[in-house]
Amino acid sequence: MEFKFTTENIEKVNKEISKYPTKLPAVMGILYIAQEQNGWISMEVIKEISNILEVTEEEVFGVVTFYTMYHQKPMGKYHIQVCTNVSCMLRGGYEIWNSMKDKIGIGNLGVTEDQKFSLEEVECMGSCGTAPMLAINEDYYENLDKEKALQIIESLK
Amino acid sequence: MTMEKIVLPDIENLHQLDVYLKNGGYSAAQKAFSLTSDEIIDQVKKSGLRGRGGAAFSAGIKWSFMPKSNDKPKYLCINGDESEPGSFKDRQVFEFNPHQLIEGTIISCFAIGAKVSYVYIRGEYHKWIKLFQKALDDAYANNFVGEGMKQKFGTDFSCDIYIHKGAGAYICGEETSLMNSIEGKRGYPRIKPPFPAQSGLWGNPTTINNVETITNIPPIINKGWEWFASIGEPKHPGTILFGISGHVNKPGVYELPSGTLLTELIFNYAGGVPGNKKVKCVIPGGSSMPPLRGDQIEGIKMDAESLKIAGSAIGTGGVIVMDEDTDLVKVLARIAKFYYHESCGQCTPCREGTGWMLKLLNRIVRGEGSKKDVDLLISVANNIDGNTVCALGEAAAWPVKFMIQRFRDEFDARVKDEIMIPVLNKVHSMRKTANPLSPVQN
Ligand SMILES: Cc1cc2nc3c(=O)[nH]c(=O)nc-3n(C[C@H](O)[C@H](O)[C@H](O)COP(=O)(O)O)c2cc1C
Ligand code: SF4
Ligand code: FES
Repeated sequence: MEFKFTTENIEKVNKEISKYPTKLPAVMGILYIAQEQNGWISMEVIKEISNILEVTEEEVFGVVTFYTMYHQKPMGKYHIQVCTNVSCMLRGGYEIWNSMKDKIGIGNLGVTEDQKFSLEEVECMGSCGTAPMLAINEDYYENLDKEKALQIIESLK
Repeated sequence: MTMEKIVLPDIENLHQLDVYLKNGGYSAAQKAFSLTSDEIIDQVKKSGLRGRGGAAFSAGIKWSFMPKSNDKPKYLCINGDESEPGSFKDRQVFEFNPHQLIEGTIISCFAIGAKVSYVYIRGEYHKWIKLFQKALDDAYANNFVGEGMKQKFGTDFSCDIYIHKGAGAYICGEETSLMNSIEGKRGYPRIKPPFPAQSGLWGNPTTINNVETITNIPPIINKGWEWFASIGEPKHPGTILFGISGHVNKPGVYELPSGTLLTELIFNYAGGVPGNKKVKCVIPGGSSMPPLRGDQIEGIKMDAESLKIAGSAIGTGGVIVMDEDTDLVKVLARIAKFYYHESCGQCTPCREGTGWMLKLLNRIVRGEGSKKDVDLLISVANNIDGNTVCALGEAAAWPVKFMIQRFRDEFDARVKDEIMIPVLNKVHSMRKTANPLSPVQN
């Protein structure tokens, strides 16, 4: 399926490009705009961005695969990211991670059939002082324990 | 004792422009424009300000590496990638004192002759990017940044500040990787030399400084280098944002003079260890720094020089505390997993070595390790250390080397003298040299 940016997003794309002396650097910001519109980075998205930036598809694809925050497949409506790095681990990060896997019934980078949830074990999110934590899409939930984490998931519609 | 706070003062709503202005905001920039760039660089040099991003290099000396000629555009990159496990201080600046960072950026741009600055913020910090963008928009709207600043400050200098959002890669905190990432490429570190001051962004002279480093600049200009140099330890003066996490009662960010005792930080500020348990291990500066034994932290001061003497390093000032019940083998395996995941794969010792260390540690965690494995771990770490393009190699090797060296008993207790591993290939196993690392399925 062909991918085109919405008129509103084209404006945002141009704003990204205006930040740099050449076009390529805008690729990271534009990928975010595309991901927000499309949900994930498909080959069609890559093609369209390479056209806009006048670079090869490979250059765009290389960026997509280097950075973990660009999704190469559709993820859940709620993308749940649990940190298990040291500071979180010391305060129960793995209990939360395991309870999420059990509750939602998928593993790392899995997506539920109804596309409601996806799950990711992430590295330190910069919330070590408020550990353990998880993030849902863009929002951080900090100072958790297993019960609180489960409550948050249950409250998601 | 009243403690002076430089980077995160206790002023309510300081993140708002009007509050910041009421408290003397942007007066340091005004003052800076009455000085020459050499005078500013000289003051920053004399202040003794050292980088807060990990290497603790003198900020003033770094700035003085920038060429004076103007034949090429110059750039300033502010490093807010903040992905070192145990570090969570720069986000406090974005949230609570963004204008001081903006003001520091303007002054720094003026000092090194940069017309453009990119503030690189890790992608996961969506919230903090929005908060910082809001402050930046306000600063633009009120002519503290951009073309309008010429008139505002009565100077012929102006600069622009842009946010570049990362997308989940620890390595992009490394300064040359960060520049590749800003250029819209895969975040592979570059070989040095050439150093960024010679050839950085798009081959132009570039300076990279940490968020906290730059936020220190306005007070230094306002109050003078003598004032700054008199705070804390003379060789590493000023305050440091210590982020303390793990097994403490009150984890969080504490801004304290450099040289504050580690025990003071843990037991006084962070409220001690839950259940009054003993401290087994402390990592004093983010997960890349050599871990210290809990029974040897008495008297250790938190500054670059003192920690070097104590056998570790200040790093990002992210202190991770582990109590007596902590399974250090598991902790080290988790740290190893991080570096394995984050290695960019450019150099063989780092790409392969991080994988080997992880496999070995996981095997020890599973109770299937042998004494030889512990020695092999140290050998792999030694082979990474010093043999890579960037310092992620050391960052991966140090925790392994020093954790094992300092807690050898914990590792030895978890391994057997010899182990039998079921191997499908009989001939291979009979050769005795065989010690396959990957879990073998039979
Ligand atoms: C693997 C790796 C990751 C790093 N991550 C960061 C980071 O997230 N933030 C940072 O300021 N410096 C980081 N650094 C250090 C930077 O390379 C650089 O030294 C620093 O940003 C310079 O700023 P400063 O002199 O103000 O400390 C990292 C270094 C390495 C090797
Ligand atoms: S040391 Fe590791 S992270 Fe750094 S350039 Fe080499 S492979 Fe990449
Ligand atoms: S270790 Fe989990 S947020 Fe830092």
